[in-house]
Amino acid sequence: MIDPGFFLEIIPKLLAGLPLTLQLCTLSVLFGFVLALALALAQQGDSPFVLWPIRTFVSVFRGTPLLVQIFLIYYGLGQFRPNLQAIGLWWMFREPYWCAIIALTLNTAAYGSEILRGAIRNVPRGLSEASLALGLTRLQTLRLVILPLALRQALPAYSNEIILIVKGTSLASIITLTEVTGIAQELIAQTYRAMEVFIAAGAIYLLLNFLIVRALELLEVKLTPYRQR
Amino acid sequence: MTIRRMAALAATFMTLVAAPLAGAADAPKAITIATEGAYAPWNFTTADGKLDGLEIELANNLCDRMKIKCTIIAQNWDGLIPSLKVGKFDVIMASMFITPKRLETIDFTVPYAVDPSAFAVAKNSDLGKLGLTNEKFKLEDEAAAKAAIDKLKPLLKGKIIGVQSGTSNLEFLKKYFADTVEIREYKTTEQHDLDLAAGRVDALFAQETALAATLAKPEFADYTLAGPGFVGGVFGLGTGAGIRKEDTALKDMFNKAIGEAIADGTIKRLSEKWVHTDVTPVK
Repeated sequence: MIDPGFFLEIIPKLLAGLPLTLQLCTLSVLFGFVLALALALAQQGDSPFVLWPIRTFVSVFRGTPLLVQIFLIYYGLGQFRPNLQAIGLWWMFREPYWCAIIALTLNTAAYGSEILRGAIRNVPRGLSEASLALGLTRLQTLRLVILPLALRQALPAYSNEIILIVKGTSLASIITLTEVTGIAQELIAQTYRAMEVFIAAGAIYLLLNFLIVRALELLEVKLTPYRQR
Repeated sequence: MTIRRMAALAATFMTLVAAPLAGAADAPKAITIATEGAYAPWNFTTADGKLDGLEIELANNLCDRMKIKCTIIAQNWDGLIPSLKVGKFDVIMASMFITPKRLETIDFTVPYAVDPSAFAVAKNSDLGKLGLTNEKFKLEDEAAAKAAIDKLKPLLKGKIIGVQSGTSNLEFLKKYFADTVEIREYKTTEQHDLDLAAGRVDALFAQETALAATLAKPEFADYTLAGPGFVGGVFGLGTGAGIRKEDTALKDMFNKAIGEAIADGTIKRLSEKWVHTDVTPVK
């Protein structure tokens, strides 16, 4: 029933969607990381005016499905076109591409900020006290002592988050983007062979995530040589 | 015993003997019909979650004629044909065109409606100023269809067109307009309607009746149907009910019921009620 010739035919077609999938996950992981780090650092203080908005943002984006977030940002905000035009942001919300990146970025920033917040908090207090005692400024302490340790600690958990975002990009097909899953659905509409097409699409994601996991493992080994034997 | 009674007895006997032999080809007593439930006014879901529309009413009418029990369910458009094939339901009635490509995979009843496809655009756009020309072009008539398409092309150059994926409408755009417009594919027509209102797409391409229902809503006051309508070719033979190839008995039952519904004016009555025009297939 499963025909190898058919796989050879559909795999190149599916791979045509890979650049878009990669763009979506690379950009949202990068933007998301910057935002996550900012949010995690902002939460190190104890001003409720900073903490409450961040806590609310994080719990909203962690507590709702990514699918709903994409729908709300694309179709939901689409209904506020005059308001968005008035503040000059419509050019961005007009494009499904940017809507997908915004949704993925905000989603990964919410999860990522929790990972980083925990990792920063786990750096022993004595270390920052020691560096302050050595005459380092707070910024230097953060940059030279706390962050290197925290990021290294956060890496395994963060690689999990990156994988989730790679898989999350498949939802971009619902807002007209023809990334790998979008192309898969188009191929099924043409051939009605859901089994083979989804197996091939699944294999592409599996391979992509395998490569990402391997790369992050190598990075981890490089950053924590003392742990390896 | 009269001859008639004897004949009746003989017929009963014949059915008793024949029934086990008929086996799988036997006509079913209860079937499940799948529709999309997101394609007003043909089939849609009401605010309280019930399915309604021309095809829902027609399906119930046909089932009454066939004296079988029908359950109507909603299913995503792109899952309809794969799910029919694996037996999740028995019949598709979802405004699906009988196209040569679909016929490779499943079978169809005779058409119960024929409805051209056309563009919806802003009234003040180049194409919008033309308005609906009320012409219908059969794609089989290549010279005339090509002339009509070539007339549309400059009016649509560089525009973004929204269309539902997995439809004959998409196939039409890909075949005739791929070099002229940017095609954007949507899961449901309700979604491309939202994006037309939001100004993310410049035009929609879908069945005239479905677009007419969308454009009747107040937020589409600035939009209109425009240009000619297209039938035939990639649009196939009209709208029919999809059935598995092996279910020949069911197909015969449906064909007979649809024939009756066309003959006694039921389809005309339903289409005037729901789509305000007569979509009865002409012989």
